[in-house]
Amino acid sequence: MSSHVADSNKKAEPVKTGESVKTGESMKTDEAGKKLGMWLFLYTEIILFGGLFVLYAVYSTRYTADFIEGGKELNRIFGVVNTIILLISSFAVAASITAVQKGQRKIALWALGSTLGCGAIFLVNKYFEWGHKISIGIYPNSQRLLDGPDGQNMFFGLYYIITGLHGLHIVIGMSFLAVAFGFILAGRVTANRFALLENAGLYWHLVDLIWIFVFPLFYLIV
Amino acid sequence: MESKAHIIAYKTLFSVLLALLLLTGITVGASFVDMGKFNVWVALGIASMKASLVLMIFMHLKFEGRALILSFLSTVFFLAIMIGFTFWDVGFR
Repeated sequence: MSSHVADSNKKAEPVKTGESVKTGESMKTDEAGKKLGMWLFLYTEIILFGGLFVLYAVYSTRYTADFIEGGKELNRIFGVVNTIILLISSFAVAASITAVQKGQRKIALWALGSTLGCGAIFLVNKYFEWGHKISIGIYPNSQRLLDGPDGQNMFFGLYYIITGLHGLHIVIGMSFLAVAFGFILAGRVTANRFALLENAGLYWHLVDLIWIFVFPLFYLIV
Repeated sequence: MESKAHIIAYKTLFSVLLALLLLTGITVGASFVDMGKFNVWVALGIASMKASLVLMIFMHLKFEGRALILSFLSTVFFLAIMIGFTFWDVGFR
């Protein structure tokens, strides 16, 4: 019986019959499971970055003055622009999910495309930001940091680790979103089946969440 | 079709974006005001508000079932233990 339902579902999309309600029901359970799996993974990510933030918090209480000096080296404009870019990209992902659910495929693709664009701009900004730091001798194990106060060495060490790991997450998130983009194009992510896009979106939002805390802690400390 | 997932309107999403941008402006503005050690707490408070907005609406947590909400809250709980106990240790050394 159930295989018959699955078969008929494959050939044509049943909409009105009692059977379709049944498939819709079992699909919903399935989607929920996929989403829970993604969330479980996100919890480990939260703990991962949480550990780094603990490190930041402990050392910033020990070397408060050095951390403030270090923060002054960071360019606030870069920080603000990247924050705005990530917020807009998060909005765009959420909008693409709404669009897919409403069956507005074109809007979904545009929204997802702009998210990928935002991610790319973020990385380009990061490239210039890191490039500038490195050119003035601020990078892990650089002579300037080794000769300088311990606290600033610690601050920039954490800066590179945390923003580096975050940047890696941007790259992974963009790849995940690109797959979702391809799946929408191929018609494998639809109004009835969008767990993949939703999970890619969840991952991207997590990247945004982390940045929401990175931004004030590194760029705005006074 | 009743069993279909909850759809969040574009308008809701856009107002959340505006709120997030506004809070970003506020946190940047607040960082120029010298409040001593409270600057950090104001910054973290605003960041938590932004995070809640992203979690509740963009990440759909507000509309999820008990399994997701409870498991998320327990993650936050364990994160709090990790942060709290570390400071317990470091603070009284």
